[in-house]
Amino acid sequence: MLSLAIFLPLVAAAVLAAIPRIPDTVVRWTWLAVTLVDLAILVGMWFSYTSPQPGELAFEEQLRWMPSVGSSYHVGVDGLSLPLLALTGVVFVACAIYALKDRDRQKSQAGLFLFLQSVSLGLFAAQDLILFFAFFDLTIVAMYFIIAGWGHGDAARSALKFFLYTFLGSLSLLLGFIGLYLGSEPHTFDVVELAKTTPFQNAPVAAGFVLAAIFIGLAIKTPTFPFHTWLPPAHTDAPAIGSAVLAGVMLKLGTYGFVRIAMPLLPDAWRSWAWLIVAIGIISVLYGALVALAQTDVKRMIAYTSVNHMGYVIIAVGAAGVVSDSSAQAQQLAITGAVVQMVSHGLVTAALFLLAGVLYERRSSYDLDSFGGLAAPAPRFAAFFAVAAFASLGLPGLSGFIAEFQIFTGSIGTVPLSAIALPGILITAALFLRALQRLFTGATCGLSVDFTDLRPREVLSIGSLLLLSVVIGVFPRFLLDVIEPAASVLAVLVGR
Amino acid sequence: MNSGSDILALLPEIAVFLGAVVTLVAGSFLPRNRQVVARWIAIIALLTAAIAAAAGAAGPAMTVFNSTFAVDVGSNVARIIITLATAFVIVLGVEELSGSRRESETYSLLLLSALGTMVLAGTSDLLILVTGYLLASIPLYALIGMSRSARAAEAALKTYLLGALLGISMMVGVAVLYGIGGGTSYRQLGSALGDAPAAALAVGLAAVVGGLMFKAGGVPGHFWIPDATQAAGVSVAAYLTTVPKIGALVAAFRLLDIMPSTIEWPLVLAIVAAASMTLGNFAAFWQDDVRRLLGWSTVSQVGYLLLPVTVAGASSLALPSLLLYLVGYAATNLTAFAVVAAFPFRRTLADYRGVARSHPWLAGSLVVSLLGLIGTPPTVIFFGKLTTFTAAWDGGLVWLVVIAVINSVASVFYYLRWFAPMFFRPVERHSVAVTPTPTPAPSPTPIADVGTVRRRWAMHSAILGAASVVIIGVLGGVVLSLVGSPLAL
Repeated sequence: MLSLAIFLPLVAAAVLAAIPRIPDTVVRWTWLAVTLVDLAILVGMWFSYTSPQPGELAFEEQLRWMPSVGSSYHVGVDGLSLPLLALTGVVFVACAIYALKDRDRQKSQAGLFLFLQSVSLGLFAAQDLILFFAFFDLTIVAMYFIIAGWGHGDAARSALKFFLYTFLGSLSLLLGFIGLYLGSEPHTFDVVELAKTTPFQNAPVAAGFVLAAIFIGLAIKTPTFPFHTWLPPAHTDAPAIGSAVLAGVMLKLGTYGFVRIAMPLLPDAWRSWAWLIVAIGIISVLYGALVALAQTDVKRMIAYTSVNHMGYVIIAVGAAGVVSDSSAQAQQLAITGAVVQMVSHGLVTAALFLLAGVLYERRSSYDLDSFGGLAAPAPRFAAFFAVAAFASLGLPGLSGFIAEFQIFTGSIGTVPLSAIALPGILITAALFLRALQRLFTGATCGLSVDFTDLRPREVLSIGSLLLLSVVIGVFPRFLLDVIEPAASVLAVLVGR
Repeated sequence: MNSGSDILALLPEIAVFLGAVVTLVAGSFLPRNRQVVARWIAIIALLTAAIAAAAGAAGPAMTVFNSTFAVDVGSNVARIIITLATAFVIVLGVEELSGSRRESETYSLLLLSALGTMVLAGTSDLLILVTGYLLASIPLYALIGMSRSARAAEAALKTYLLGALLGISMMVGVAVLYGIGGGTSYRQLGSALGDAPAAALAVGLAAVVGGLMFKAGGVPGHFWIPDATQAAGVSVAAYLTTVPKIGALVAAFRLLDIMPSTIEWPLVLAIVAAASMTLGNFAAFWQDDVRRLLGWSTVSQVGYLLLPVTVAGASSLALPSLLLYLVGYAATNLTAFAVVAAFPFRRTLADYRGVARSHPWLAGSLVVSLLGLIGTPPTVIFFGKLTTFTAAWDGGLVWLVVIAVINSVASVFYYLRWFAPMFFRPVERHSVAVTPTPTPAPSPTPIADVGTVRRRWAMHSAILGAASVVIIGVLGGVVLSLVGSPLAL
């Protein structure tokens, strides 16, 4: 069932590629249908999911692949990966709906997105380091072609920068994985096996270097300060749905790697370096927020708020590594908050990028100052943007609040200093309010004149993302019930 | 042992040799438009050799003819890759070679050079190593010069001078090793060299490995590679960047596997590996001619391929990873050349602009092969890199692995320079005047007419190659378990 969910989009992409001269209409609706079927499978998995025992997985599948180097096709789901798998399904459906009007090389675009969906799902399900790496690398290749092929502005250059930078990250990750393999006894690439044996138990220096390699690889992908410089150009020049997938799904690959690989497999090293990780998180939060505040380009602004939001996740996973006597509860809270933040950021930022895409599609501009009084001609657009902005800044009743509340409660409990990052929330609030004010209030002027409001297709696509954010904000239990058991298992693994 | 079974063990070599002779003789009697028969004789001989080698691989590892030639996983895998790769070269060059002035001679020379390479890969005796070197090299000089242009003449001369120089160096090295080891067989050397004076051992070994680096196209014997790749015909270029490396690297592994630890040869070889990958990469950065770019890229690939050779004897994964990488490298590099062969009039990177729209299958094959050369999963070189990096780290050369990783990232740049423009819209005529980049020099056939030039053999080899790059990659585990046994001594 899990492999079906992973490979269905890939098979669909291959079928689309193999049939010559399909009408674009068929391509569009096939794409949407496949993403919907895939989402249905994932939702079915969600409902039949029961939390597995510690050290075990649900929907586990394992096939022999490379026995001589201890690698296998091993996929499985737990409370950390299931929410992200579902998020991936949702974001790709939203993109397929949003792209229903696109007319530029539809077949290739649909093929690339279906391919990207497969490898993203595969990554979140992978329980083998080589499999994880293979999917990780392929997301980069697919996203490169999406940015270079359908982007605007200086797309080729941004795509190249994206490819080189994230490829460097992925190879750094590979170095770390080879280190884990050689440090384990018996040698294996299997994540479950590695979590049982804990490599490098008596070699803290080697473990530190391996963690550094893995951390840099994941930090580039996340991205955290100071590895974030590829993100703003990639986002600015990517097409709207490319940005939505990049922010909504691909940034999670990095943070997911922390909770899936770095923390459980190198707990000693993680605890030793937890302070540094928290510090990097705090800097990312504040730096991302301040730079976002200075932007006049909507897309760049949203891109920098991603650095800010991913910073909270880093603080949380770092704080979970700072062990004190009565911290089990706080650690679990912080990890749960981190995963909720990944889901929340995925939904909200994907929605924000799609909204920014609407601006560009109508007026070929992302400049905040060129618009004004947009609320009058486009009330639905204004309302959606406002909801997304409030969700992003963490207003209660929306998903961002649940996440950030848990992160700060959990982190400040173990690391009081992480309270330094609290102004980040304030700055984010300020910049979003300012953006809302510039875009929507006042007299209708500049590019806002005769601005067409959201069309049904856009309402459906963006609305479904925001609706989920509201549902998580109001009824978070269904999500927390899945994440919490896995978070406590992880807290135990890190604490050992 | 009786010599009858010894001869049987050399069946692949014998098949290739007979193939070379019969191709040459048949070609001399056939009219120019019937040379296709010579081609089929050559291909059948190569496939026979591959089948014989595969059948031999089922048997136990052993040495034959007084332990001068090893029949083990190293020689058998090398034989299979060399013969299949040479057959692939002939197929991708069908349109280029058929009807040319020296068609059957080309096939015959390719087979003889392949035979020399097979000898290089299999021998466990220094004297046979020299023979293999000469047999692999001399046909190559002729092949490079075959296209008879001024550049080809220059490249052939350059190759010849460098080959002769390093060949003599190799012979000197063999003499020195014979002097201090009291024999030329690896079995004898392995037991005697431990007590030999370190300085003499270092000189002898360096001189022999220097010769092998000429064949492998690694630093310091790499100077001929870019010139020859650019000037020779496409099929010869495909051959010379792929096949000789296989023999040279397996030969180097075999020799270094028996070397004592009295001298620090791993460190020296690690520096050679680092220099090859770095120099190859940086020289490839701003190349505009696709063949020259591929030539430099193969120099950098040799750097990665030297990683497992550097840890010969120090990691159990060294030999399997080398052989897996060689399989992957041959498949991937030949696929890239097959695409080049299918586009005979597109010489520069700019000529590939917009190809994805007009030739989607060839563009796809090129993307697969170039992503393969970068080492993107699930192509086979990814698994080659994964295992060679692991082996090198396991052997204690972490710093070399880090350099290899940084080089892999750097290599993305020039491969992307090539395949990214394929997906751009073709340059429209009026915008050419605005852009400052020089328009490509007018070629004998205008680019617009390329679509009418049908090179079906080259195109189908490219597609077949790209498919094999991915399929062998996904089945990497199977390949790895097949090549997991140790060498015979």
